[in-house]
Amino acid sequence: MQKELLEYTLRLGDNALILGQRLGEWCGYGPILEQDIALSNIALDQLGQARMLLQYAAKLKGEGFTEDKMAFFRDVYDYHNLLMVELPNGHWGNTLVRQFLFDTFNYFLYTQLLESKDDHIRSVAQKAIKEITYHAQWSAEWVIRLGDGTEESHQKVQDALDDLWQWTGEMFTMDEVETAMLEKGIGADLNLVKDQWHQKVAEILEVATLKKPDDEWMQEGGKQGEHTEYLGYVLAEMQHLPRMHPDVQW
Amino acid sequence: MTTEMNLEQKFQDYVDAENKVEPKDWMPEKYRQTLIRQVSQHAHSEVVGMLPEANWITRAPSLRRKVALLAKVQDEAGHGLYLYSAAETLGADRMDMVEDLLSGKAKYSSIFNYPTPTWADIGAIGWLVDGAAIANQVMLCRTSYGPYSRAMVRICKEESFHQRQGYEIMMTLAQGSAEQKEMAQAALNRWWWPSLMMFGPTDDDSPNSAQSMKWKIKRKSNDQLRQEFIDKTVPQAEFLGLTVPDPDLKWNEEHSHYDFGEINWEEFYSVIKGNGKCNKQRMDARNKAHDEGQWIREAANAYAKKQEERKKQAAA
Repeated sequence: MQKELLEYTLRLGDNALILGQRLGEWCGYGPILEQDIALSNIALDQLGQARMLLQYAAKLKGEGFTEDKMAFFRDVYDYHNLLMVELPNGHWGNTLVRQFLFDTFNYFLYTQLLESKDDHIRSVAQKAIKEITYHAQWSAEWVIRLGDGTEESHQKVQDALDDLWQWTGEMFTMDEVETAMLEKGIGADLNLVKDQWHQKVAEILEVATLKKPDDEWMQEGGKQGEHTEYLGYVLAEMQHLPRMHPDVQW
Repeated sequence: MTTEMNLEQKFQDYVDAENKVEPKDWMPEKYRQTLIRQVSQHAHSEVVGMLPEANWITRAPSLRRKVALLAKVQDEAGHGLYLYSAAETLGADRMDMVEDLLSGKAKYSSIFNYPTPTWADIGAIGWLVDGAAIANQVMLCRTSYGPYSRAMVRICKEESFHQRQGYEIMMTLAQGSAEQKEMAQAALNRWWWPSLMMFGPTDDDSPNSAQSMKWKIKRKSNDQLRQEFIDKTVPQAEFLGLTVPDPDLKWNEEHSHYDFGEINWEEFYSVIKGNGKCNKQRMDARNKAHDEGQWIREAANAYAKKQEERKKQAAA
């Protein structure tokens, strides 16, 4: 139970950390100042959630772990984030479509976590849900704006959507960890999230005049520690300084 | 002509009585132009200034530092926004100002053409560069132009917070391992002189300053501000146990301030001219972000237009 709870917490925390890290790459390079600020806000929220969750994971793990040891001293196979969040940002349209697909998932996931029987996860959810609600709204608005903007923007986000779709499947896979946590009343029912997600995504894409891709073959493995080649580079960049000087304060 | 002179005299009297000039008030054209130049340069500096620090967001060595740095760089974007807005109250157009930055016509603070090769540079920027900026900005809180002055009050609050964060990074490094201390000292060596240059040329070589002082746009001279900064910062360096890289630095009992060595003005003018380590990278980065954002801004405008038409149609 403790092992499953730890992994479940890491799945949540690693999604937030790796996405926050990716979004942080945009800071200073956004298409216009206002949106640079908006995306940095989301990155900050993700990193804030990541800290709360990794602090909890460190506590569950014991052995002198801290949030920083969790972030900076785990290798690729010990990370449990969804593959989608580790993908390179691409252009603004790619980033925004990923954000929309993820935020919508996260919204329905955290809505269920508000009722989690685990005090820590429930309290993280209570704080995070307000942030996630705003993220989901913001990214949906952008998908609509770009989908129904110019011909060029329409094509760009449709392509982004088609490319990213294969990474959405694993959001909903119920493996042993998810099932165990659901049974304990700690985790969410991803089958329910899946239905809600499909409905909401279809609704927004219709307004955005975009075509919802068909569910075909889906990528998976991130939650279990089987990652793309990209994550190694994310970690190399993120972790290099603490690893070069271990056991010091920053 | 006589009317114009009367107006100018009235304006001077108004400013001399410590009143704030507001957007709709009459003001000498040169006052307006000076302020547009200064405020837009200030805005550009905030925006270009995001880049050297953003360089470390993905590599900050703890989660707490990462969050603080990201929030800080985001604040700078916010400062850029207030300042562009302040310049717009003078009749400048934001897109024109941005174009001038991207074409190289408008300047930004030369300090941001220096690189941040190590994490300690993030500490040094917060401590020294923000420290120097604050010295200038505290003065600008009392500048005669109302919107600029109010923007500065808000910005100063955030900048003081940033400076404390920067100093705290330096403190942690200075009290850390030998390598960390070395990193901190090297960053101080890199940033000390460029920070002093941030105040601009000496008063003797700053021909526009007198008029700006008369109009109370500036309230203290470059040399005065520089001296205040040095006097405040040297004890902070001593407290860190780091050495300010100036062999001529010495406390002057008689004048109650620090005497300091000759600033390398050749370097100052050379970097302004474009010969800094990062001038090209900074401009390339801004231009790339702008160009790659073009289709997004177009899409947002096209969508807004469509929405407006839909509203009109629905109403009809």
